[in-house]
Amino acid sequence: MMNNEIEYISYLKHKGKFKGLFSWIFATDHKRIALLYLYAIVTFFFVGAILGLMMRLELIAPGETIMKPQTYNGIFTVHGVIMIFMVVIPGLSAVFGNFFLPILIGAKDVAFPKLNLFSWWIFIFGSILAVASQFLKHGPPDTGWTFYAPYSTATGTNVIMATTAAFVLGFSSILTGLNFIVTVHRMKASGMKFFNMPLFPWSIYATAWIQLLATPIIGITLLMLIAERMFGIGFFNPDLGGDPLLFQHLFWIYSHPAVYIMILPAMGVITEIIPTFCQRKVYGYKAIAFSSIAIAAVGFLVWGHHMYTSGMSEEARWFFSLLTFIVAVPSAIKVFNWISTMYKGSIDVKPPFLYALAFIFLFMIGGLTGLLLGSVATNIQVHDTSFIVAHFHYIIFGGMGFAFFAAIHYWLPKMYGRMYNFKRANIAWGIIFVGFNLLYFPQFIIGIQGMPRRYFDYLPQFQTGHVISTIGGFILITGLILMVYNLILGVRKGAIAPANPWNGSTLEWQIPSPPSLENFDEAPVVKKNPYDYI
Amino acid sequence: MFSNASNFVHDVDKAFLIILGISLFFLVLLTTIMIVFVVKYNRKKNIKAVQIKDSSLLELTWTTIPMILVLFMFYVGWEGFLPMRKAPKDAMEVNVIGRMWKWTFEYSGNKQSDTLVLPINKSVKLNLISKDVIHGLFIPAFRVKEDVVPGKNNYTWFIPGEIGEFDLLCSAYCGVSHSYMSAIVKIVTNDYYVKWLAALPVKKVEDNNEGYKLLEKNGCFSCHSTDGVKLVGPSFKGLYGSSIEVLTDGTKRTIIVDDDYIKTSIFDPNKDIAVDYNQGIMKSYKGLIKEKDVPVINEYLKTIKDK
Repeated sequence: MMNNEIEYISYLKHKGKFKGLFSWIFATDHKRIALLYLYAIVTFFFVGAILGLMMRLELIAPGETIMKPQTYNGIFTVHGVIMIFMVVIPGLSAVFGNFFLPILIGAKDVAFPKLNLFSWWIFIFGSILAVASQFLKHGPPDTGWTFYAPYSTATGTNVIMATTAAFVLGFSSILTGLNFIVTVHRMKASGMKFFNMPLFPWSIYATAWIQLLATPIIGITLLMLIAERMFGIGFFNPDLGGDPLLFQHLFWIYSHPAVYIMILPAMGVITEIIPTFCQRKVYGYKAIAFSSIAIAAVGFLVWGHHMYTSGMSEEARWFFSLLTFIVAVPSAIKVFNWISTMYKGSIDVKPPFLYALAFIFLFMIGGLTGLLLGSVATNIQVHDTSFIVAHFHYIIFGGMGFAFFAAIHYWLPKMYGRMYNFKRANIAWGIIFVGFNLLYFPQFIIGIQGMPRRYFDYLPQFQTGHVISTIGGFILITGLILMVYNLILGVRKGAIAPANPWNGSTLEWQIPSPPSLENFDEAPVVKKNPYDYI
Repeated sequence: MFSNASNFVHDVDKAFLIILGISLFFLVLLTTIMIVFVVKYNRKKNIKAVQIKDSSLLELTWTTIPMILVLFMFYVGWEGFLPMRKAPKDAMEVNVIGRMWKWTFEYSGNKQSDTLVLPINKSVKLNLISKDVIHGLFIPAFRVKEDVVPGKNNYTWFIPGEIGEFDLLCSAYCGVSHSYMSAIVKIVTNDYYVKWLAALPVKKVEDNNEGYKLLEKNGCFSCHSTDGVKLVGPSFKGLYGSSIEVLTDGTKRTIIVDDDYIKTSIFDPNKDIAVDYNQGIMKSYKGLIKEKDVPVINEYLKTIKDK
C-alpha cells in the first residue's frame, strides 16, 4: 500500500484551499468533519455534565440547597436537551461513523462530502439555538427534554426556542443518515459485499435508516407544538379540542428509536474492539449483523412502553409490552456473541478493551433493568421514578458513553498518529467505572422505594441514596477529566503511533496513521472477511 | 414476605422478584464467564488465539432460551397488571382532582378533603381529573400509579389492607412545585371513616361570586391564595388597591394594583413581575379568560381587600 511513501501527506497536514481555522470549518474531508464533531460534542458533553453535577449538588440534601426550584427545572431540561440532541444522538455516528465508515469499507470519502459539511453547520446552528434558549428573556425551558403537552404549551419559558433547536438538529441527523446509507450502498471497495463488510459499518447503516425514517416524525411533532403555542391550534390541549396523549405517541415514535440511534453504533464499536484485542474472528458475524437490523426494525414498534400509566387502552399496553420483551432478544444475542469471541482468544487487556468490558457489564445492567420496565406490572411501580433515570443512564452513558470512550482509545492513534499513556488511561478507567456505578446504582434503589424523578425536593428517607449518588458524580467527573487530559497529552506529545498498533485486521489498520487525504493511495481490493486472523 | 398495604402488592412484587431473579442470574453468570475468559485466555498465558467456527446449534440455543424466558416474563408482568384494570362495580368512588400543585379529594355529598381518608378492606375507585396539565397519581406503598390527564377519564382502584398513613406523590412532571405536590393517604377503620365523613363539612360555595368562580375554574388559587399565604405567586388577599414593587424589563418600579395591572397580569404575566417572585412561571391566559370577564374578577378581588 505504501509504495509511494514520499507523496504521503496526512490529512491533518494537507494544504487545501483555505488556511488555519477555515481549513477546518470549510473542510469537506470526512476525517476533518469527524474531528469538528468530536470537539463540539466533547464541549457540549462537559457543559451537560456540569449541569448534571449541579443537579446532584442540589439533591445532596432535602429542601433548597444551592438553587431555586425553577432553576433546577431549567437545568434538568437543558441537561437533557444537550445530552440527548447534541451529544448522544449525533455522538458515535457523526464522529466515528464519519471518520471510519468510509475507511472501513475502502472508500476515500462519504458519498456527499459537501452535504456532510453542511450537516455539521446545521448541527452547530441548532446547538447555538439550544444554548441561546437558556439565556434569553423568559428564562430556560422548564419542560424536561420530553416537552410533554399540555405543560409545554402552557409554560411561559423559552419552549419555542428549544424545540426549534431540536427541530434544526434533526435535519443534521437526517442528512447524515442519508449520506451514510448512500455511502454504504455505492462506495464499498471492490470485493467488499454486505456480508464481508465489518460490523461497525453494519451498525452505522442500520442506525442511518432509523435517522432517516424516524427523525421527520419528531420534526413534525415539534412544529405542531410550536403552532399550538403560537396560534392556539388545538393539537394537544384538551381545552382546544386536542389530545395530550397524541403528543406522547408522536414524541416516542421518534424518541424510542432514537435510543437505538444511540446504542447501535455503540454495539458496532464494541464489535470491532473485541476481535482485535482477542485476535479472534468475531463469533457469529451474521447473527450480529442481523440483530442490528432486527433491533432497528422492532425498535420502531415499542414506543408505547413509555406510556403504560398514561391511560392507554389495555390492548395497547399488552401489545407494547410483548414487543418490548421481544426486542430484548437480539441485544442478548450480541452479548453472547461478544463473550464467545473472547473464548480461547489471546486477550490483551489494553484501555480500549477495558472500556469494552465495562460497556458489556453496564449494558447488561441497563438492559436487564429494562425488563423490569417492560413488564407492565412492575413498570407501574418504577415508571417516572429515579429507577428510570438510573436505567437510561446505564444504557445511554454506560452503553453509548463507554463505547465512545472505548472508540476514542481504540482509534485515537489512527486519527492523530500518536499514542496516549496506558497507565494513566487505566487509572482513569477505574475511577470512571467506580464513579459511574456510585452515581447511578443508588438511584435504582430509591426509585423502587418510590422516589419520583424530576423532583427538586424529596422525602428524608431517600437522602442516603442521594448522598452516595452525588459523591459518585464527583468521582466520575474526576475520572473524566483525567481521561481527557491523558488523551490531549497523547495527541500533543504522545509517542508516534505505528500504522497498526493493536494488530487489527480491518482496513483502517492497513493505511498509515494518520491517514492521507484520500485514505487509500490506490483503491483497495478486498479479498477476505474482515475478522480473519491467521 | 409481601406487604399487604394494597391488594396489588403481592402480584407486582412477585413479578418483580421473578424478573429480578432471572436478570441477576444472567448478570452474574455472564460477568463471571467474561472475567474467567479474560483471565484464562490472557495474552500472557495464551499467545496464540484459537479460531473457532460458528455453531448454528449454539446460536439457535441462545436465541430460543432467551425468547422463551422473555415471553414468560412478559406473561408474569401482564398477569400482575390485569387486576389493576378491573375495578369492582360496587367500589366506592372518590374523585381525585389534580391541579398545579395540589391534590383534592372529592367524596359523595359535595364534600372535599386534602387528605385521602379511606376505610380498610374496601374497594375504592379513584376517578382522576386534571384541572390543568398532566399529573401522576403515585402511591408507592400500594403499587398504584396512573397519570391524571386533562380531558381524559383515567381511573385506578385498589383495596387498602393496612391501617396507617401512606405518601401520595405526583409522578408526572407538572412545573415549578412538582415535588411539593403530595398528600397523605390515611387508611382507617370503617367506623372511623363513617364518623370522619359525617364530620367533613359540605363544600362551601363562595357566595356564588362570579369572579371567584372564574378564578376557581382557571386554577388560579393553586398559586394565589385568598388568605394571605405566600404561594408561588402573590396572595390575592389585600392585593387590589395596594402598592407593590414590580420589575419591568429588569427595572424596579412601584405601582398601585388597579384594573390595568390585573389585566396585564392575566394576559401578559411576564411583563411586570412582582419583586421576590419568578419570571416565566405563569402563562398568559389570553383566550382562556375573556377580556370582558376581567372586571368581574376585579370585583371579587375588591371583596378581599382586607382593609
